[in-house]
Amino acid sequence: MKYLCLICAEKVMEQMPETDAAAHFDEYRTFTNDIRNRGHLIGSNRLLPASAATTVRVRNGNISTTDGPFAETKEQLGGYYVIEARDLNEAIQVAAKIPGARLGCVEVRPIAEDAQTLRALGVGTPDTPV
Amino acid sequence: MRKGQATQMHATVEAIYRSESRRVLATLIRLLGDFDLAEEALHDAFRAALEQWQRYGVPENPRAWLVSAGRFKAIDAMRRRTRFDASLIEIAKQMDVEARDPAALYNDSIEDDRLRLIFTCCHPTLPPDAQIALTLREVCGLTTEEIAHAYLATAPTVAQRIVRAKNKIRDARIPYQVPSQADLPERLDTVLRVVYLVFNEGYSASAGAALTRHDLSAEAIRIGRLLIELLPEPEAMGLLALMLLHESRRAARTSSTGNLVLLAEQDRALWNRDYIAEGSALVERALSSHSFGPYTLQATIAAVHAEARSPAATDWAQIVGLYDVLLRADSSPVIELNRAAAVAMRDGPAAGLALIDAILARGELANYHLAHSARADLCRRLGRTGEARAAYERALALMQQEPERRFIERRLEELDS
Repeated sequence: MKYLCLICAEKVMEQMPETDAAAHFDEYRTFTNDIRNRGHLIGSNRLLPASAATTVRVRNGNISTTDGPFAETKEQLGGYYVIEARDLNEAIQVAAKIPGARLGCVEVRPIAEDAQTLRALGVGTPDTPV
Repeated sequence: MRKGQATQMHATVEAIYRSESRRVLATLIRLLGDFDLAEEALHDAFRAALEQWQRYGVPENPRAWLVSAGRFKAIDAMRRRTRFDASLIEIAKQMDVEARDPAALYNDSIEDDRLRLIFTCCHPTLPPDAQIALTLREVCGLTTEEIAHAYLATAPTVAQRIVRAKNKIRDARIPYQVPSQADLPERLDTVLRVVYLVFNEGYSASAGAALTRHDLSAEAIRIGRLLIELLPEPEAMGLLALMLLHESRRAARTSSTGNLVLLAEQDRALWNRDYIAEGSALVERALSSHSFGPYTLQATIAAVHAEARSPAATDWAQIVGLYDVLLRADSSPVIELNRAAAVAMRDGPAAGLALIDAILARGELANYHLAHSARADLCRRLGRTGEARAAYERALALMQQEPERRFIERRLEELDS
């Protein structure tokens, strides 16, 4: 059984004062290391803020896109794919092929890949000093 | 003497800024891949121009000079920043190499950059408000204050909208490109809608704000012209034609006291014949493409009005027919209402009134002031004075509430944000 833990917060990293964010990143590094060692970790990413999100729907074969995350009232998060795409246009084309896009919608959120995030997750790239 | 020369150079650079700055910006955004960096580079380039042209004269191709200068300034700025961000070193090095090859800098895609800019600003994944603000800011070069004034918003609200949109373009990686042929129809629709919204905001201005708002219509027409120059799609022609044909009536639309004058009562000698000629020619070009849509149809209706010497001499049968086609393409109660008014002209007020009452009975336009004023007008012509008065009063009540309601809505929005 796998679980997706969707982290909800009033303030995301980008909205915190720099020192608070740095401390929070440290906490995440500790936590991530911990669950990795215990064998709980399958995969994890930090998402960029909801202001960068796009919601894709397909109705009658037509793709429609709107700014922002999907409304949380009726729809609930049912799963997620991590995809690789050249840019938002290509990501939308891929997202539109997810079967769920015809029934509900798919929120497309860019994944944070800045050096600080990668360090916190313990997956620093070779050229970034960890 | 030297002072006179300096003033003259100032005027020259200013004129070049007006004619070239948006083109230069569009290219710099492509080269630098970042709106803010490009804007900074644009201003640095013009500052450099003011200094250096004074000494060495205006270059043969000011646009190429400015793009090149802007790019070098950006490389400098990036170098300074590399102390803080190591990842920029490689980018700056790469750009340095490319910048030595002028062909890489200045090629056929320069004109496309303006189109790329329009499609990026009107990307459907940006909120509609932001599409408009960003287009006016980046494509037309309006200041944040000018946009705020035109939309009765505060400058910080508009500035925030623009900043958020730019952040989304960068963070979500919205590409700086003209859409592929497959995506073009839908993407062009968004662009045309933004342009038409800008035009209407300028066209439906109240007398008090008329001056600034007129600029919005002029800006929309400018983008419309740019669009058909770069992308001669039938509906782009249709929209430009529609805007020109509406704009042709501007002088006749308001009385000397600032009151709205309806089409039937306008002094047609005041209509701008040049706009009508340009608009009508575009309508013919769009219609001959056989792949036109709602904008072209609306422009065709406007062109039929423009041809008529008087309301009575108007080809109402043709107008009703065009509304029938338009309703099939885009069924909306407002178009039905316009069709009803045309039927009233063709078949008499009773026929039109029956159609309007049917629309109102469905409740869709119950709060639309033009539905009530159209009904009032037909009742008046039928001698049903009591009904006419009631309908006029209803229309008036709705009209007076509208600007206030919008004002309060905006204030609430600002409280929320």
